[in-house]
Amino acid sequence: MAYSEKVLDHYNNPRNVGSFDKNASDVGTGIVGAPECGDVMKLQLKIDDLGVIQDAKFKTFGCGSAIASSSYVTELVKGKHIDEAMTIKNTVIVKELNLPPVKIHCSVLAEDAIKAAITDWRKRKGEPAEAEEKKAQAK
Amino acid sequence: MPKLPIYMDNHATTPVDLRVMETMLPYFTEKFGNAASRNHSFGWEAEEAVDRARNQIAALIGGKSKEIIFTSGATESDNLAIKGVLEFYKDKGNHIITCVTEHKAVLDSCRTLERNGKATVTYLKVDKYGMVDPDEVRKAITDKTVLISIMYANNEIGTIHPIREIGKIAKEKGVIFHCDGVQAAGKIPLDVEKDGIDLFAMSAHKIYGPKGVGALWVRAKGPRVRLTPIIDGGGHERGMRSGTLNVTGIVGFGKACEIAQHDMADENVKLLELRNKLQAGLFERLDEIYLNGHPTERLPGNLNVSFAYVEGESLLMGINDIAVSSGSACTSATLEPSYVIRALGVNEELAHSSIRFGIGRFNTEDEVDYVTDRVSKEVNRLREMSPLYEMAKEGIDLKSVQWKAE
Repeated sequence: MAYSEKVLDHYNNPRNVGSFDKNASDVGTGIVGAPECGDVMKLQLKIDDLGVIQDAKFKTFGCGSAIASSSYVTELVKGKHIDEAMTIKNTVIVKELNLPPVKIHCSVLAEDAIKAAITDWRKRKGEPAEAEEKKAQAK
Repeated sequence: MPKLPIYMDNHATTPVDLRVMETMLPYFTEKFGNAASRNHSFGWEAEEAVDRARNQIAALIGGKSKEIIFTSGATESDNLAIKGVLEFYKDKGNHIITCVTEHKAVLDSCRTLERNGKATVTYLKVDKYGMVDPDEVRKAITDKTVLISIMYANNEIGTIHPIREIGKIAKEKGVIFHCDGVQAAGKIPLDVEKDGIDLFAMSAHKIYGPKGVGALWVRAKGPRVRLTPIIDGGGHERGMRSGTLNVTGIVGFGKACEIAQHDMADENVKLLELRNKLQAGLFERLDEIYLNGHPTERLPGNLNVSFAYVEGESLLMGINDIAVSSGSACTSATLEPSYVIRALGVNEELAHSSIRFGIGRFNTEDEVDYVTDRVSKEVNRLREMSPLYEMAKEGIDLKSVQWKAE
């Protein structure tokens, strides 16, 4: 299977590989996927008090398209407010990287990783994890 | 520095040996006769060439030349053996015994027969080295069993099954024994008579012959094995496989067998040296790598390893100047890794991390050194990028993690 140039570029020169201290109060960590499915993405976002994403890092176990999707996402979210980042759709990633249909799940995983990281940050801030708490109380 | 790209996927196919090609050349143009033309010299010449090839092929596997049925390749041979036996012996029974790590040509032939209500099939499990237990074969035999189909050596992990023991059981119980010998013929010494095999499938392109030609060896005596053909026509190949013979291909196949038989002992010394060097080099430079397949009962050119925490397809992408094969075909929506590796009972994550190296006649020590270095560096690079490697280094048991899968 041929990979698109952009996938190859991200694979060969991945942007923002690495980790932040997951216990730091300004860091949100999202880990999505599962080893038995052949894809695990860890996305970490450094978010300031105003809710703006200052920095992003990733580590991914998965195929080249999964690595490229997460690498691209780190670039995409930097400087964005979390409310805006939460609205990023996987189709943006598919388009940017020219992912073939069999690799669309990689982009879905990357979208999920953004949401998971922001949710984690909110939770540690004790912020609007409220919504979730309410849900929990309702149960 | 070896010439790039490097081909190290010799279980998939092999280049035609120049000696084979030279033998074939006259049969494209000057000696183009139809081996079935009985009344002129063009036909006789072709028939002679085909007979010579039959001798060369039979000599390699220990059978008689008239027992060789030419086909388009091993997939057809496996189909013919399995479907042909089940149809011919349908009054005797309808049960097949095979194993879960067989090639798709065998498994899917069995499944088709099952689906059409023409057979019931027992798929035997294998042990952690990918080996079938002959006792399990014995236990699975019923009075309805007409065929046992077990491969000689596995195409992914190279494990060599205890064929002679299975052959003995088949004889004892009066069950026909088909063996897919594609990876073994011409690679390791074998003898269809001593091994108690009744049907043996082979392919030319795995042994430095041309693509598009193969054979099924069909035992003629003790017992005589009968088949219903799957292709109808002029009744070539003793009525078992109609169709004008691919004389050029057959000539090449014959020559390839002759070379394989003549060179096998020396070649295997070289292949083992290279394979062991590659294996030792990778295991020395990398931690957390695991051998798939049997440690000793394995094809000399085969090395299948899982690099933990690195996904196979991404590794292949990183070593794109080396042609090897990944057990992990992460191209389908189901993301299923190799069914052969999974059958070994290794965990799913390792199944996604397997790479098959197939060393062949034309690989060199330089190439092995380059591959060792390139693969080690790429595995390290991808591990630096792998959240699983990081977690493992932190001492987190990956099995204890609640994964949020799609």
